[in-house]
Amino acid sequence: MNREKIVACRWAAMAAVILYSSVGLMQAQTPAPSTPAPSTPAPAKSAAPAKAPEAEEDPFAPQPAVPLPPGMTGSDTSDPRASLKPGMYDAGEAASGLKHISFLKKPDAFQITAVSPDDPNVQKTLHQLGIGDTSKMPKPMQMVIAQLAFANSDFAFQGTHLFQGNFYGVNIYDISDPAKTSLLTSLVCPGGQGDVSVYKNLLFMSVEMPNGRLDCGAQGFPPEPPPAAGHEKERRVPAAQKDRFRGVRIFDISDIKNPKQVAAVQTCRGSHTHTLVVDPNDQANVYIYVSGTSFVRQKEELAGCSGETPAKDPNTALFRIDVIKVPVAAPQEAKVISSPRVFIDARTGALNGLNNGGSHGKGEEKPADTNQCHDITVYSAIGLAAGACSGNGILLDIKDPAHPKRVDAVNDPNYSYWHSASFSNDGSKVVFTDEWGGGLGARCRATDPNKWGADAIFNLKDGKLSMASYYKLPAAQGDTENCVAHNGSLIPVPGRDIEVQAWYQGGISVMDFTDAAHPFEIAYFDRGPIDPKVLVLGGDWSAYWYNGSIYGSEIARGLDVFELTPTKFLTQNEIDAARAVHVAALNVQNQERIEWPAQLVVAKAYLDQLARSQALPPKQIGSLQKAIRNAEKSHLNAKKVAKLKTMADQIDSTSATAKSAADSTRLHALSDILKHPAA
Amino acid sequence: MLLHGMLLAACSPLCGFALPRLQQPGPESPHVSNPSSPQVLVQPGAPGEPSKTLPPSTRPMLPQRAQADVEFMQGMIMHHQQAVEMTALIAAHTENKNVRSLGAKISSSQSDEIRFMQRWLASRGESLNMTMPGMPGMDMAGQAMPPMPGMLTPAQMDALRKARGAEFDHLFLIGMMQHHNGALVMVKDLFDAPGAGQDAELFNFATDADNTQRAEIKIMQKMLENNP
Repeated sequence: MNREKIVACRWAAMAAVILYSSVGLMQAQTPAPSTPAPSTPAPAKSAAPAKAPEAEEDPFAPQPAVPLPPGMTGSDTSDPRASLKPGMYDAGEAASGLKHISFLKKPDAFQITAVSPDDPNVQKTLHQLGIGDTSKMPKPMQMVIAQLAFANSDFAFQGTHLFQGNFYGVNIYDISDPAKTSLLTSLVCPGGQGDVSVYKNLLFMSVEMPNGRLDCGAQGFPPEPPPAAGHEKERRVPAAQKDRFRGVRIFDISDIKNPKQVAAVQTCRGSHTHTLVVDPNDQANVYIYVSGTSFVRQKEELAGCSGETPAKDPNTALFRIDVIKVPVAAPQEAKVISSPRVFIDARTGALNGLNNGGSHGKGEEKPADTNQCHDITVYSAIGLAAGACSGNGILLDIKDPAHPKRVDAVNDPNYSYWHSASFSNDGSKVVFTDEWGGGLGARCRATDPNKWGADAIFNLKDGKLSMASYYKLPAAQGDTENCVAHNGSLIPVPGRDIEVQAWYQGGISVMDFTDAAHPFEIAYFDRGPIDPKVLVLGGDWSAYWYNGSIYGSEIARGLDVFELTPTKFLTQNEIDAARAVHVAALNVQNQERIEWPAQLVVAKAYLDQLARSQALPPKQIGSLQKAIRNAEKSHLNAKKVAKLKTMADQIDSTSATAKSAADSTRLHALSDILKHPAA
Repeated sequence: MLLHGMLLAACSPLCGFALPRLQQPGPESPHVSNPSSPQVLVQPGAPGEPSKTLPPSTRPMLPQRAQADVEFMQGMIMHHQQAVEMTALIAAHTENKNVRSLGAKISSSQSDEIRFMQRWLASRGESLNMTMPGMPGMDMAGQAMPPMPGMLTPAQMDALRKARGAEFDHLFLIGMMQHHNGALVMVKDLFDAPGAGQDAELFNFATDADNTQRAEIKIMQKMLENNP
């Protein structure tokens, strides 16, 4: 999530409200022309447009949906996800190819709206905020207060521990048995948005808001007392606070039940997100790329900070990212070591060398300078990083991690805000996301174009990105559901490029982008809106695969765990092959190459794919399946393994004539396993 | 002001697609855990300091809202209203396609934002308008209120109303840049005010407004360079 624009739109309800407020008769509300007119003619002014502004002044009333622009198409309203029952914990659910195996509500210490606005805790918090008489306030309004202050955000994983970031701190879960996930430790430390990463005994956390405190206090900073009489017009003192913290916190989690803050590295714009970077050639240090998107703080608070334009101040904190170097054995010595000018124009030296003017497709020229990255995904194995940088998608060479250099940049006329990125495992594609509306708007309605707020899939070849297609959640969502493309991770199904992705209240969608030009959905899970009338912030911030399960970070409700189930789009063998991959830790934005074990379960997944694409004749598939079964039954005895090798040689002879590159790769990989199967 | 039940009733004949149908949490739904309490609830100290354990009954707290937050929202509503007023002149005053397209974008984003700000204020029980002690009789055009930074003076607005064609385009772009630059000042002043900007929704809104208006200023600069 990056920016704010809550626009709750329900044209129908608005029409009803306008009419209701004017006529005062329930029966008179229905605007359908076929409805008989009320027996008493409505006063002339009741239907007059002059009444509309009055209704519009109610900020909770819905707004009419804007029609689809010409030539654009929207999402599918006949999908079961388009009409789910609303509710916080009792919402209707729809799923395909995903089994929901666990759900844990947010801890009480991390929410004001336990279940209903009548909860005494809600009332207490409202009072604390200086909101006195809540009895006059409609209940839905109480529900929307301070939702964001306690929003769940991103995940990191290590061993059997899951770290769920929150604007108010971090929750650490035990996922040794995913179906029985349990909360271990809650860490209170506000400051938003709580983006997390984990490396060995260190947990990193992003802080960007002005209420962030070095000591993790929740009280923030006190407001200025009213000016003395006669001094109202005087310029006030700067708000500099030595105890304020905006940047990246580092916790020592050696004792998972008692994390300790060991360092807090301040930056000028704070840290909206950060990315862990591990240098393959340097075991002693790790790096953190800091993406700051908000205001530059005063120099009185942090020396050297300047929010001026590059023309006025070449040391401006705009137009850069920050790199923190963390000595693993001495994290307290972590500090910013460079602030790469990743938007520089190499020819002129101008710091603001990038803008979002369209590079492909036809679109209105919008020459807004790109001055920030929102998120960066590094893929050290190929020496590259993909930056989603507000107006642009950029590609960075990170072979020298302290000094990333831009090697390519793209933009897109349909893109509003470049938000996040992920590479395909072979590094030949990048999936970017567009967080149109900032994540708090309803942007998956049938009237929202499916090229806006979507994934954009790019091919990556020789350090150059080229646009291939868009992918957007295919199911229409309601106008009280914040929905747009958000965070996802790869699912390690061999032979295919598959990503599981969060779409806020659009739920979770699993997408196959093996063919970059033709992505399609293979599984999903969705709940109905939290509230049918008011857009209450919620939905999945992140949905990531980790060692066999899919975890969803639900902003308002809590933590979800899922398993994949076989469908016509995905076989049990493919799921089993994905589950055969184990990693020691996962920080999704620090992408690591997936390696599959040379086990027959992986071979069977390839075989299913070759059957699906008809790359091999059914008879050959059948005999291969039989030979693999026999080899498994025999626990890989020499004779059966020799048989597999013979069949692998046959495969090699056909792989040159495979119809697609994907099939060719599958055939090679299958043959390799059959030649040397591992137990 | 809407009432919960009334709106639901008003809604039912019209918005079937969002209303209860067949879906309930399915038979395969997992057991919903009770509100979870962690084995431990800790609050770290400053770097190098020990963490402290909090009692399980701990509930969240938020910083106190600053008057500067409320005034920022009230002032920005007035500020945005003038931008909407300016863009409303476009249709009758110029045929310039670029100005028309920019105006439509500004009008739509500022109207959206006005709704957001009204909602933020209303849900916190605050007045949607700024009230200054001893200054009764405010009106929406801001005549009796101190103008917000960058707002066009009545004379500037008059000149804009009288201009047509290229002259209008020029005055509109100059005026809107002045107006948007004022918004940047307002955001800066907000974050410069002690204790302000600590509300998450407000923080995100102000950050977004700043980013959006910077981008639009750049667009207008470019348009002026092309058609001085």
